[in-house]
Amino acid sequence: MRLKDMAELVDARVLCGEELLDEEMGTAFASDLMSDVLAQVKGHPLLITGLCNPQVVRTAEMVDIGCILFVRGKRPDAQTVALAEDGMLCLLATDRTMFEVCGILYAHGCQGTGGECRE
Amino acid sequence: MSEALLSLHYHVSPDDFQTAGEASSDVKNKLKKMGFPPEIVRKVAISMYEGEINMVIHAYGGEITVDIGMDEVRAVLKDKGPGIQDIGKAMEAGYSTASEKVRSMGFGAGMGLPNMKKYSDEMKIDTEIGVGTTVTLVVRLA
Repeated sequence: MRLKDMAELVDARVLCGEELLDEEMGTAFASDLMSDVLAQVKGHPLLITGLCNPQVVRTAEMVDIGCILFVRGKRPDAQTVALAEDGMLCLLATDRTMFEVCGILYAHGCQGTGGECRE
Repeated sequence: MSEALLSLHYHVSPDDFQTAGEASSDVKNKLKKMGFPPEIVRKVAISMYEGEINMVIHAYGGEITVDIGMDEVRAVLKDKGPGIQDIGKAMEAGYSTASEKVRSMGFGAGMGLPNMKKYSDEMKIDTEIGVGTTVTLVVRLA
């Protein structure tokens, strides 16, 4: 599934990184806890989060996540968007809830990142 | 360790959540450019970033020195914070002394030190109450 298709499915607007919309993205990881993103993300999934601050972009950068989808109507401030632009990340935003977004994407074939999450 | 190919030094500002992570980001980009394997870059980036966040959250900032060598990357994170009361407890997943503010930023769930240990090959903590904490993280290439 292309990032563009994912964005359309969940009614997301593109905040930056439009040039990445044709990228293929088969997995997603949803969390509001950045330490869990750091500890558990495998591969390069779409990050779905309701958390909205520069550290979300930093966290994505550390684990090579290329796109963040903000849910529940959250909108990052200009500084956060600028940080994403610097790191060449794509930012998306939707008014839908995290549950809805995960359900829609899963129903369309998007997978979790797999593996065990327990230590 | 063999002689460092590159030594880097960073100042971490206290209580500044906007810029936290700049040092880790810079190290990550440098390692990438130097051609280090992606898994090594990832280990250094994650462990160092958790450490950097800790310095901002708990310890009024501090200094980070990173030595990049042929066979290892060594990061020393030194702060003049309050020190860690109980290292055993701090190492337990889920134990945290972080404020509500920190939790609202997506951290402070008690995963910092466990993550640093998980993503480094060697971790050493020297701490003294009221004086500060020095965390040494080593990621080996072999």
